[in-house]
Amino acid sequence: MNLLEVKNITVKFGGLTAVSDFSLSLKKGEIVGLIGPNGAGKTTAFNAITGIYKPTSGGINFGGKDITRMQPDKITKLGIARTFQNIRLFSNLSVLENVLVAHHLRLKSSFAAAMLRLPGYLREERAMRKEAEELLGGLALSRFMDEKAGSLPYGQQRRLEIARALATHPKILLLDEPAAGMNPKESHELMEFIEEIRDKFDLSIFMIEHHMQVVMGICERILVLDHGVTIAEGSPEDIQGNQKVIEAYLGVETDA
Amino acid sequence: MTFELFLQHFINGISLGSLYALIAIGYTMVYGIVRLINFAHGDIIMLAAYFVFFGVGLFHMPWWLAALFSIVLTALVGMGIEKAAYKPLRDAPRISILISAIGVSFFLENFGIVVFGGRPQAFYSPEVFQRVIKLGNVSIISLGIIIPIIAITLLLGLVYVVNNTRTGMAMRACSKDIDTAKLMGIDVDRIISLTFGLGSALAAVGGIMWGLKYPQLHPLIGIMPGLKCFIAAVVGGIGNIPGAMLGGFILGLGEILLVAFLPGLSGYRDAFAFVILILILLFRPTGILGEKVAEKV
Amino acid sequence: MKSTAKILLSIAAILLFFVFLYWAQKNLDPYKVRILNLCAINIILTLSLNLTNGFTGLFSLGTAGFMAVGAYVSALLTMPYDIKTMNFFMVPINPVLAELHAPFIAALILAGIVSTVVGFLIGAPVLKLKGDYLAIATLGFGEIISVVFTNTQTITNGALGLKGIPQYTILYWSWGTAVIVIIGLMMLLNSSYGRAFKAIREDETAAQAMGINLFYHKLLSFSISAFIAGIGGALLGNLISTIDPTMFRFSLTYQILLMVVLGGMGSITGSVISASIMTVIMELLRAVESPMNLGFISLPGIPGMRMVVFSALLIAVALFMRRGIMGEKEFSWDMLFGKGAGRRESA
Ligand SMILES: Nc1ncnc2c1ncn2[C@@H]1O[C@H](COP(=O)(O)OP(=O)(O)OP(=O)(O)O)[C@@H](O)[C@H]1O
Ligand SMILES: [Mg+2]
Repeated sequence: MNLLEVKNITVKFGGLTAVSDFSLSLKKGEIVGLIGPNGAGKTTAFNAITGIYKPTSGGINFGGKDITRMQPDKITKLGIARTFQNIRLFSNLSVLENVLVAHHLRLKSSFAAAMLRLPGYLREERAMRKEAEELLGGLALSRFMDEKAGSLPYGQQRRLEIARALATHPKILLLDEPAAGMNPKESHELMEFIEEIRDKFDLSIFMIEHHMQVVMGICERILVLDHGVTIAEGSPEDIQGNQKVIEAYLGVETDA
Repeated sequence: MTFELFLQHFINGISLGSLYALIAIGYTMVYGIVRLINFAHGDIIMLAAYFVFFGVGLFHMPWWLAALFSIVLTALVGMGIEKAAYKPLRDAPRISILISAIGVSFFLENFGIVVFGGRPQAFYSPEVFQRVIKLGNVSIISLGIIIPIIAITLLLGLVYVVNNTRTGMAMRACSKDIDTAKLMGIDVDRIISLTFGLGSALAAVGGIMWGLKYPQLHPLIGIMPGLKCFIAAVVGGIGNIPGAMLGGFILGLGEILLVAFLPGLSGYRDAFAFVILILILLFRPTGILGEKVAEKV
Repeated sequence: MKSTAKILLSIAAILLFFVFLYWAQKNLDPYKVRILNLCAINIILTLSLNLTNGFTGLFSLGTAGFMAVGAYVSALLTMPYDIKTMNFFMVPINPVLAELHAPFIAALILAGIVSTVVGFLIGAPVLKLKGDYLAIATLGFGEIISVVFTNTQTITNGALGLKGIPQYTILYWSWGTAVIVIIGLMMLLNSSYGRAFKAIREDETAAQAMGINLFYHKLLSFSISAFIAGIGGALLGNLISTIDPTMFRFSLTYQILLMVVLGGMGSITGSVISASIMTVIMELLRAVESPMNLGFISLPGIPGMRMVVFSALLIAVALFMRRGIMGEKEFSWDMLFGKGAGRRESA
């Protein structure tokens, strides 16, 4: 059964069609990649899935629920978490607080209970702290726990963004260029890390990535966007040999 | 209500609306380029009226000269405010500029109280503006017609400048994308300064006419028109010049007609604009003519 | 330092402070007591505004309006029947209101609650706005509240205002409330809800993507802020004993805004420090408004000069001291002792 079913969505900004007729089905445990030249509409597709942009037409179904016009926070609560292409951490909050914020969506205590530190709230707070600390430990971020998120080195910030997304307990994780700015060694580590969290947290992953090496290395399936249009979909091998894809990338940086 | 009476109210509404439009333009132009609500814009209106008051009263200028002098001086003050209080903060968090703008507005009000005195003063109104004109059964004060004529002429002039001159083009470029405009060799500082000057000059005309229409001068007279004209700009779609005009007319007419038809609510006249603001924000947050822009994520 | 030690130290400091208040209430002249009361009230108001503007990133300017609501509610509940009817000589008071009476504590709480309801009603539509839009909309609503109060003569006595409000606000009430507000806000802001507020301040889009319901949390912060401002207004009304709608206009909000900005947006202790300092400075500045005799020359007083200085200060803080006294940091015992220890080591 498909966990996420995106059916023919189109996103327009005024006269510009950023994404046109985009479809995707994502199964449990799958890692699917989304590539395409700059401005192809990849991030826009992400934003439509996560509710930040409302698609002009088409529908999105997640775990049997229609989420097409839902608010982003509701979608996250249902189990889709994401990272951002240009890191958006809560810079002035500590690393630990960044992760704790992502636990807030499951909090049962009312604000009054939280303010008065009632036992029920304290129990919840202790549990979320413990879990957050474990998560940060698992991501080798323990020693930065009390530092401001904004003061972390770039690579660690990217990791923290993933940690924060994981703390919402997602079923699907959307990663927008997680390897941006990393050298080959770092992106190799990242690949392993992504597979690891997929297994550990039982995730499906949908990722945008420019580094071919990463995409080809871990994605079971790849979609290629160009000018908003899906020009190819298939296994890494199919994509590598696809004439349209090569043309779309011609003259455009193929970093990696 | 007889048709004549309605017509009278209608003309009155148009004349108030055209004042709002003149003032709203300043908000919209500045917002379009620097994304700042110039809180001091309302107080600029007050300054302009006082400049005329002192020009005539203290320096015995002829009325037209005092008005001219006031417009130039107000434009300079507007540009000065930008230089002193906004420019140094252009790269600062927006909240700092906002606070600075509030500070400037508050400063002008209190400065007015100290220098001009807190007591209301009567504004000079030359006789030409007070003639009664009869149109059939409707009699109107000449001011009621002069205001919209001057305002609409100026608005058309502004539209021409913005659409057909090099400076106007540069202004539009800055409001589309200020960084790109800079890269294209546009002197952004100059354009911003000019925008403040132009906006303030229009507000000055608005302020002087405001003084003629409501001849009670007080250092706080700018606040309510300031707030309402900002709302007018939002109603029309902020950043959009024809929108600001449309918003101004809607607010002016609406306010006058509300009081005309429901005199019981006349005490709440000032609240009308805010009800409109809420309605617009609920149903069309980008304003009537504003285009929808989704924040890029 | 251990956290239990810190808590004990804080409790001790508060107790000591109340001993001082006990002394002050008995021995200081009424003028000084009044300034101390104003300090506490300004702390309350500054914290109320800091909660939205500094901690939640909602630039609200409606404080004066909420204060008006609180002040009128408490005034109408605490004024005796005779004084009420005497006040309303132009248009008689609504008979139900004339009979209403409540003890001060109940009046304070009700002032807060009514103000919260008003805050909720205003907040629900305007909190969709961001940044300076929100600022101007809340400012407008604050002004509208004063317009409404001028028109609802049977309830508020219109422009005439209310005179002879019982002066119940003594130091225990004002400072007691201030201490409760300080502690309450610290507990709230250190809880999961406080983290959600701060996340919204830092990055709304990211906060929402982390599952935080923006509307709910913004409205929560805004309503709590209105609650606190309502109580602050009530304490003020019952301190100065005369209120009218023009008192509660933008100028009052701007004064509180300066205290927030000066103390540091997002710092509770910063607000406490700046509200105290500014209250005293405002009193000292009264000197420039009254005639001065310097021996060889006598200067006339300049009415309104205080506010000129005040607004110039607001611009100066925005231009040169953007982060205020404390930034987003809090004063802590560690800071005090940590620094002391450092100095000893270096000596
Ligand atoms: N909020 C918006 N308003 C207007 N246009 C937008 C908005 N968001 C994206 N666009 C436009 O949509 C197109 C697709 O942008 P998008 O960010 O989705 O591309 P991308 O594939 O993620 O590119 P990149 O590799 O550079 O990240 C671009 O032309 C962009 O300018
Ligand atoms: Mg992108």
